[in-house]
Amino acid sequence: MSLSSNLTPAQVDALGDELDELRGRVIMDLGERDANYIRNVIKAQRGLEIGGRALLFAGFLPPACLGGTAALALSKILDNMEIGHNVMHGQYDWMKDPGLDSARFEWDTACPGDQWRHSHNYMHHTHTNVLGKDRDIGYGVLRMSEDQPWRPRDIGNPVYAALLAALFQWGVAVHDLEVERIEAGEIELSDKRDILSAIWRKGRRQVLKDYVAFPLLAGPAAPFVLAGNLTANLTRNLWSFMIIFCGHFPAGVEEFSEEEVENETRGGWYLRQMLGSANLEGSRLFHILSGNLSHQIEHHLFPDIPAHRYAEIAVEVREICERYGLPYNTGPLRKQFGSVVKKIVRLALPGSEGDGEGNSEPAPEPELALAA
Amino acid sequence: MARRVLGSQFVDLLLGPHGVDRYLELVRPSMTVSDARAEVVEVRSQTARSVTLSLRTNAAWGGFQAGQFVRAGFEIDGVRRTRTYSPACSEHRSDRGLELTVTEHPQGVVSGYLCDRLEPGSIVHLGSAQGEFVLPAERPQRLVLISGGSGITPVISMLRTLCDEGLPGEIRFIHYARTRADWLYEREVRELARRHPGIEVRFLATREGDGHLDAAALGDVGASSWGAVCGPPTLIDGARDAWSGRGGDQRRLLSETFTPPTITLSGDSAQGSLRFLRSDRTAAIGAGTLLEQAEAAGLSPEFGCRMGICHTCTCRKVAGPVRNVLTGQVSDEEDEDIQLCISAPAGDVALEL
Repeated sequence: MSLSSNLTPAQVDALGDELDELRGRVIMDLGERDANYIRNVIKAQRGLEIGGRALLFAGFLPPACLGGTAALALSKILDNMEIGHNVMHGQYDWMKDPGLDSARFEWDTACPGDQWRHSHNYMHHTHTNVLGKDRDIGYGVLRMSEDQPWRPRDIGNPVYAALLAALFQWGVAVHDLEVERIEAGEIELSDKRDILSAIWRKGRRQVLKDYVAFPLLAGPAAPFVLAGNLTANLTRNLWSFMIIFCGHFPAGVEEFSEEEVENETRGGWYLRQMLGSANLEGSRLFHILSGNLSHQIEHHLFPDIPAHRYAEIAVEVREICERYGLPYNTGPLRKQFGSVVKKIVRLALPGSEGDGEGNSEPAPEPELALAA
Repeated sequence: MARRVLGSQFVDLLLGPHGVDRYLELVRPSMTVSDARAEVVEVRSQTARSVTLSLRTNAAWGGFQAGQFVRAGFEIDGVRRTRTYSPACSEHRSDRGLELTVTEHPQGVVSGYLCDRLEPGSIVHLGSAQGEFVLPAERPQRLVLISGGSGITPVISMLRTLCDEGLPGEIRFIHYARTRADWLYEREVRELARRHPGIEVRFLATREGDGHLDAAALGDVGASSWGAVCGPPTLIDGARDAWSGRGGDQRRLLSETFTPPTITLSGDSAQGSLRFLRSDRTAAIGAGTLLEQAEAAGLSPEFGCRMGICHTCTCRKVAGPVRNVLTGQVSDEEDEDIQLCISAPAGDVALEL
């Protein structure tokens, strides 16, 4: 059952108007500050990338090997999260810089940009947390909601999650293949031929670059370069899995049925974004490395506003939430990810309603806020 | 050599998916291998309402023919604003130099910026040269160059180009501006005329009693004469009449004009037409967003959320004013990407669809 029932349709409309007004204010204010911000992040990323790869070429010195790996991992995290994800959302389209154009941008990961734009920008952001429509709920592999019927194979939920985390860039890459629909016989693999060949083209270049071309170029340092690149990719995979799973799966985040979102108004869509997302608390550096997905609530309300603005508008969003008696789900990474892990483990078993720490157990803070 | 290596497939793999230019530009913005760019070397003013920019292009710039125009993008307050200008220099300049002269328009975002704020060292993003307003390859023996106001830039480019080629024939150069103080390139043109006896020069101030264009102003025009006229539509019309009056061949009178579009600021009352360039269709402006109107016209553009969040329907708008239905903002930029699902036409619009 959705919390939206506690607000009258007029209140939902008023909420939508307030958020539209907030959005308009930020859009009007966009300018050089935002352009400088993203360019500085890009400069830092490219610097870390070149520096990291150079250090790995001297990888026989342990500090260079460690430093190079760390720099390359940071570079990939920045490239994917604060730059790639956000640029592809159209956050910097207003700059009219072809290098930052959402429709053409490519990122340093296996998933082709075009497929990401479809599966993420459209499918996930339009149908956020709607079971059966938002394919980010479990990525077609995991059981992430009690409303997904339990199947015996779900016993492996924690194992699948660990594998998905380690291979996250490949999980994201095949996301638009919709394997669960192929498995269910709804579509054929041949329907996805174009998708598959695009993944192959992009993935092959990524593999060639990190695991063949750079090691070859490094000559005797090849083993260090290979190991460094592998570790950097793995680190980025684990980090992005963790951040992304904290966006919608911590305790207290709501899911919705297709019936609930029928004839949804703009205000209703905003409301669903607020109820279906959760934030992470942390330092400024932590926010940047999370691609500001630590401000998942603000991001889902305004996916195409430059992400470094989320921290600034979070104060107002939170105030709006309080005024309308809506939960504002936030916490440190440890707490939020802990509850995600708990959910993954618990949902490996069937029928957890009522027993143990079920998802149906009232999440204390939101309910309190509502009662107030 | 360095360019060959930097442009190679192997370097592209190593620096993928961003590509070599996205790294080189961090060293120096004009170092790009495939993006044509220029650096502003000098900014000067010939008149109170204009600015003349000397640019140095990078090696990716492919040059132009005298009379053509180029798209030049300037970053102003974080936004790249692109406008079309005809270079004023000779097409034969070998020092990678490029000269643009821009007249300030009232409320002109770009021209105002160029006149008041542009500093040497700024970067200009260049498109490739376009346009049919060019001289025949076999250069004319007799040529009349007519310009009004800022329309002088393509014709002085022709004059300078022909002078660099040793000037095969006779040229009459006629320029109209409102006042003497608005004359552009007067000194340069008179200097060229002093060195090349075949050039005859007329600078005229229409608001100071010098009169408008008539047949007499053209001098001798024969059936083999060529003419090139650039300026407001009234000047072009006047030149066409005068050209016929002197027995000139209309096919040998080249012309180029610039007309500001009309913008309807209130949403649904917009008049005009939508041109869908790729599918070669035209429709009268109706109700609703561009996405809805394109669909009503029988097209099936890609779309996703239909509420302005997913950017799936992003489409290149070649020209025309559109209104963002969420913010009410009207944008009249040429060649910009817009979201069809939240854009409504505010006048004639051409889309790459």
